[in-house]
Amino acid sequence: MSSNRILTVSRAMAEAIAQEMRTDPTVFVMGEDIGAYGGIFGATQGLLGEFGPERVRDTPISETAFIGAGVGAAMAGMRPIVELMFVDFFGVCMDAIYNLAAKNVYFSGGNCKVPMVLMTATGGGYCDAGQHSQTLHATFAHLPGMKVVAPSNAYDAKGLMISAIRDNSPTLYMFHKGLQGLAWMASPDGAAVIVPEEAYTLPLGQANVVRKGKDVTIVTLSMMVHHALAAAAALEKSGIDAEVIDLRTLVPLDRDTVFKSVAKTGRLIVVDEDYTSFGLTAEILASVVERDPSVLKAKPKRLAYPDIPIPYSRVMEQFALPNAAKIEAAVRETLNLKKAA
Amino acid sequence: MTPNKSQLLWMYEAMAKARYYEDTMAAAYMEGKSPKFDIGAGPVPGEMHLAAGQEPCAAGVCAHLRPEDAVTATHRPHHIAIAKGVDLKKMTAEIFGKKTGLSGGRGGHMHLFDPKVNFACSGIIAEGIGPATGAALAAKMRGTDAVAVSFLGEGAANQGAFHEALNLAAEWKLPVLFVIEDNHWAISVPKDKSTAIAKNSVRATAYGIDGVYVADNDPIAIFDKAGEAIKKARAGGGPTLMEIETYRYYGHFQGDPEVYRPKGEVAALKAKDPIERLRKVMTGNGVTAAEADAALAKAKAEVDAAFAFARSSAYPAPEEALQHVFA
Repeated sequence: MSSNRILTVSRAMAEAIAQEMRTDPTVFVMGEDIGAYGGIFGATQGLLGEFGPERVRDTPISETAFIGAGVGAAMAGMRPIVELMFVDFFGVCMDAIYNLAAKNVYFSGGNCKVPMVLMTATGGGYCDAGQHSQTLHATFAHLPGMKVVAPSNAYDAKGLMISAIRDNSPTLYMFHKGLQGLAWMASPDGAAVIVPEEAYTLPLGQANVVRKGKDVTIVTLSMMVHHALAAAAALEKSGIDAEVIDLRTLVPLDRDTVFKSVAKTGRLIVVDEDYTSFGLTAEILASVVERDPSVLKAKPKRLAYPDIPIPYSRVMEQFALPNAAKIEAAVRETLNLKKAA
Repeated sequence: MTPNKSQLLWMYEAMAKARYYEDTMAAAYMEGKSPKFDIGAGPVPGEMHLAAGQEPCAAGVCAHLRPEDAVTATHRPHHIAIAKGVDLKKMTAEIFGKKTGLSGGRGGHMHLFDPKVNFACSGIIAEGIGPATGAALAAKMRGTDAVAVSFLGEGAANQGAFHEALNLAAEWKLPVLFVIEDNHWAISVPKDKSTAIAKNSVRATAYGIDGVYVADNDPIAIFDKAGEAIKKARAGGGPTLMEIETYRYYGHFQGDPEVYRPKGEVAALKAKDPIERLRKVMTGNGVTAAEADAALAKAKAEVDAAFAFARSSAYPAPEEALQHVFA
């Protein structure tokens, strides 16, 4: 089967889920507004019509109950895909996530499996304020026992979803609202891409070098991949050749690909939409420096959200968010170059 | 409890103000969002949850409250904020993301805080129930007769926090009223598909407190039942759980395609609009048409002034984002 059709991320997610549901009767979906509505961010569009309410279950607003139930169903031989509508809502149900889903495999000495996918929407930039705009990558990646993925485009979204469903460990699938290709929210051009019709997997823990370059390495994931690529395109006009790495998964983290790139370029910028302190950016820097600090020709730099709750007002939110211009400036600083005229 | 003439007029004005506010906001929200709707565009970006149809819940309860009584509201907060007396100019400026807003533009429409009248709201389901319980605890510990009210949607009654707070408030006999605005829809999920019982008010029995139910969005019945519950709370009689059957005219948020909603539902609800119904009750109870019209005109003028204030205010400086992380 071959085709050149372009899918949005939300369509790619829904297609991945549908294909797995067709071939594996243990796969089912539950969450708030995932039935008739098709998911607030479109990840379950069309599933209710094809599979019916037994396998596509709208839930009450009871995350502790239905995420805990997801863990139990997974341990009982099912492969639940559970949606937590906004990642910000984890506060009401974190026990089920980090004390149950993340730990039961280990507690059982590997005798129990928890093949559950918890998919959740991340990200800001559309003025939805501090309880609906966070990314919280590090909050989850910090806790052992969960795999954590965060795709940047529809091709990755489909392959990572199928891998997550088939994986016997719990996987947190963090999709950025601004990448979904929704009718009511702007999305960067590179998010909707050609997606093969057949089912395919992508390995969890393998970063993707989305742009090859020799002067500087920009490491990021999710929405910030698109900002990094825009910055790289702008830098190219000044003769600066940036390599951009899309991590695709936080856990497992592909430290090797990052190190190889930095060993080649000698310069490192890490970009994350999550909060700066104790986060992904520091983890990447540490993993390079721990292995061999001598590969660095300049101080590494991180660019992430300041340590503040996310403000509502557009001027303040845009001030705080990383973007292409800020990435470009960070690269120039690392290369010790003045601002572009 | 029956509202007297001045209370009727106050409720009418509060409800009319909330309705006109929401309809004005609905129009303002669409500015900059056509022909292509983008939730992040225009002078009022982000999610917008409007409460048109739910005004009686706010007015009938808040008619009994004083500034020192605490209220926590939901992600759909405007009608409650208005009835509680939140500064309308600063609230509107906040929603426009302006420096003159209640929080200088940091909170937006789901995070309105006005400590002068002890009002707060938040964007997570059932999140306000703990803080209302705590405000009631503070009143009890300090020996005042202040009360607290937590407004919730019917979807919130299936959250753990709801059940934990009810038990805590009952065990400590706190002066708090839990008000469930049952507008039937938790975004797209109807109450009968999410809740194992028809009326959440019966859940009060599980915690040994009074549970009352008000059918059909009736402003007078809400006034009556809320008045009794608040009077009891002030006198040390403990918490009450009150559920109100109410209506949501708009979608869950502006831009909601509402694919889940039966055709004609909203038109049927509007045919029994609570503001019109209250007006009829008023005119049968000694309020003249001129008095009602004057209240309506006053309400609209106040809303118009608030929007004018918001529009003419300046945006914060970008780096103000870094302020107020700590007290």
